[in-house]
Amino acid sequence: MQRPIDNVLNLVKSKFNAQVKAESDARGQIEVDKKAIVEVAKLLKEQGFDHVKSVTGIDFPEQEKIQIVYHVSSYSNPELAKVILALKTYVTYKEPKMQSLYEVWESAWTGERETYEMLGVYFEGHPDMRRLFLPEDFEGVYPLRKSYKIKLEGLFVDKQA
Amino acid sequence: MTNRLEDVLENSGMAVDIVPVEGELNVGPQHPGSGHMRILVKLNGDIIEDVDLDVGYVHRAVEKLGENRNYMHLIPLVERPAILDSIHMNLGYVMAVEKIINVDVPERAQYLRSFAAEVNRIASHLYGLGILGIFLGHSTAFMWGFGDREVWVHILEMLTGARVTNSYIIPGGVRRDLTPAIIEETKKAITYMRKKLEDWKKIFLYNPTIRARLENVGVMTKEKAIEWGAVGPNLRASGVYYDVRKIEPYAAYPKLDFEIPVYKEGDGYARTMVRFEEVEQSLRMLEQIIKEIPEGNILSDRFFKQIPPTRLKKWWEGYRRIVLPGYYASFRPPKGEAVTRVEAARGELLYYLVSDGSAKPYRLRMVTPSYRLINVMRNLAKGSRFADLVSIYGSLDYFPPEADR
Repeated sequence: MQRPIDNVLNLVKSKFNAQVKAESDARGQIEVDKKAIVEVAKLLKEQGFDHVKSVTGIDFPEQEKIQIVYHVSSYSNPELAKVILALKTYVTYKEPKMQSLYEVWESAWTGERETYEMLGVYFEGHPDMRRLFLPEDFEGVYPLRKSYKIKLEGLFVDKQA
Repeated sequence: MTNRLEDVLENSGMAVDIVPVEGELNVGPQHPGSGHMRILVKLNGDIIEDVDLDVGYVHRAVEKLGENRNYMHLIPLVERPAILDSIHMNLGYVMAVEKIINVDVPERAQYLRSFAAEVNRIASHLYGLGILGIFLGHSTAFMWGFGDREVWVHILEMLTGARVTNSYIIPGGVRRDLTPAIIEETKKAITYMRKKLEDWKKIFLYNPTIRARLENVGVMTKEKAIEWGAVGPNLRASGVYYDVRKIEPYAAYPKLDFEIPVYKEGDGYARTMVRFEEVEQSLRMLEQIIKEIPEGNILSDRFFKQIPPTRLKKWWEGYRRIVLPGYYASFRPPKGEAVTRVEAARGELLYYLVSDGSAKPYRLRMVTPSYRLINVMRNLAKGSRFADLVSIYGSLDYFPPEADR
C-alpha cells in the first residue's frame, strides 16, 4: 500500500526540482531552492498540510550558508497528522534573505521572527519583521550563528583532600 | 417604560457627551496578571484594537546552550523552561536522543514514563486552573489549585527524588522504580482528587461569576485555531481532535484506554472544561498503569550491563535505583537528526535535534506549546474587551518561561 507520505513527496518531486526523502512513515524531508519554496508550500497546503510547527535555521559557517527548516504538519487531515515534513532550503551569508511563508501559513509568524533575530535571516513579506525575545541592544548580533561564542563556566567538582 | 438612561436624561434636560478614549496601555512586565511578559495594548474605549506581546523577559537561551553542552548535561537544562511540566520537557528531549542513538526502552520504563507524565499533567493543569482563578479574582481557586497540586508533586517527589525539575527520564529508561509506598500514595491521591473535583465543579466551574467571565470570551473558531497553529487543550476546545498521545502514541499510551475531550465552543469556558476532563482522564490512566504495569527492568540492557556489579547490588537491588553508567559521561551519537513530539500538559512539544557526530548537539530546536500560543494570544486578544485580556490569558494557560525558553 502506498503510504500517504510517499504520495505527497512524489507529487512534490514531479512538479519541482526538489530532493525528497522519507525517513519513516511519519517523517520526511523536502529540500528545495529558496526561489521555489513559496510554490512548494502552496502545494503542500493544498494537500492538507495546514500549519507550521517550527521555523528554524541551522548555521553552516564553512559553507557560509544557513539552512532554513520549516516543520509542517496537518490538524485537519487525520492521515497527514501523523506526518511531519521538514521543508528545507538554504540562504547564503551574502544574501540572508528569503520569501516569507506567512501568506501560506500564518502560524509561521513566531518562528520566522525568531529566526530573524537569532540568525539574521530576513523574511520578505512578513508583516512584523522585528526582534522577538532578545533585548534592544542585540542589534546586528545573531546569537544562534556559530560565530557567536558564549562564555562557559567549567564544571567544578569538590575533591576530597 | 421610561427607565432608559437616555429617556431619563432627556426628561431632566441633561445630556451625555461621549468622549472617545484611545491610547496605549502597558500591562507588565511585573504585573501579577501578566507574568514575566509585557503586553502592549492599544485601546479604543475598552475595546482592544491591537496587542503586541513583548516576550523574552525569561529567555534562557536553551537552544544556544544546547550547542555547548553534551547530551546528558542538557537534560536538566531543557527542563528549566517549564519547571511545573518538567517530565514532559525531559521526555521529549530524551526521546529525540534515543532516536539518534537507536536504543529500545523496556516496557516497564515505558509505563513509568507515562505514569510520571500523567502525574505531571494533573499537577500542571491544577497550576493553570489556579492561575486562571486568581486572574479572575477567584482566590479560592488559586489556593486550591496550588494546594491540590502539592498532592501530585509529592508523588513525583517520592518517585523521582525531586518536587520539580525531576530529570527522571534518561536515555534508555528511567532512573527509579515504582515502590509499593508510591502505589499506595497514588491510590489515596486518586480518591482525594476525585472527591475534590466535585468540589471544584461546585465552587469554580458552575460558579455563575466564573462562567460569566469565561463563556463567549476569547472565542477561537476551528478554522482560526488551525490557521494560527494552536496546540493542546486550546486546540481541542475549538473542535479539533488532535492529541499526540493518540496521533503518534509514545511511552505506554498505545496500551492505555483513555479518551480525548473535545469541545466545539472554542471559548475560555470550553478550554477550562477540557483541562478538567483531562485531569479525570489522567486519573483513569494512572489507575490502569498501577494495575497493568509489567515486571522487568527499567533501563535498556545495553546500558544496564555497563553498571559495575557492586554498585548494581547496592543501588539497584537495595533501593531500586539506577546508577548512571559510564557511557553517559560523554557519548558521541552517530550523525543524524530526529524530530520527536510529545503531548505536554499545555500541548504539543516538538524537539528537533541535529547531531554531527560530536559529543554535543549541532542544533537543538525546542518548540514548546506556550511558544506557539504567542501567535494565538496576540490574535485572540484583538477585538476583545480590556477586562477580558486576563481571562483570555488565563484560559489559554500561557506560561511565559516556557514560551521564552
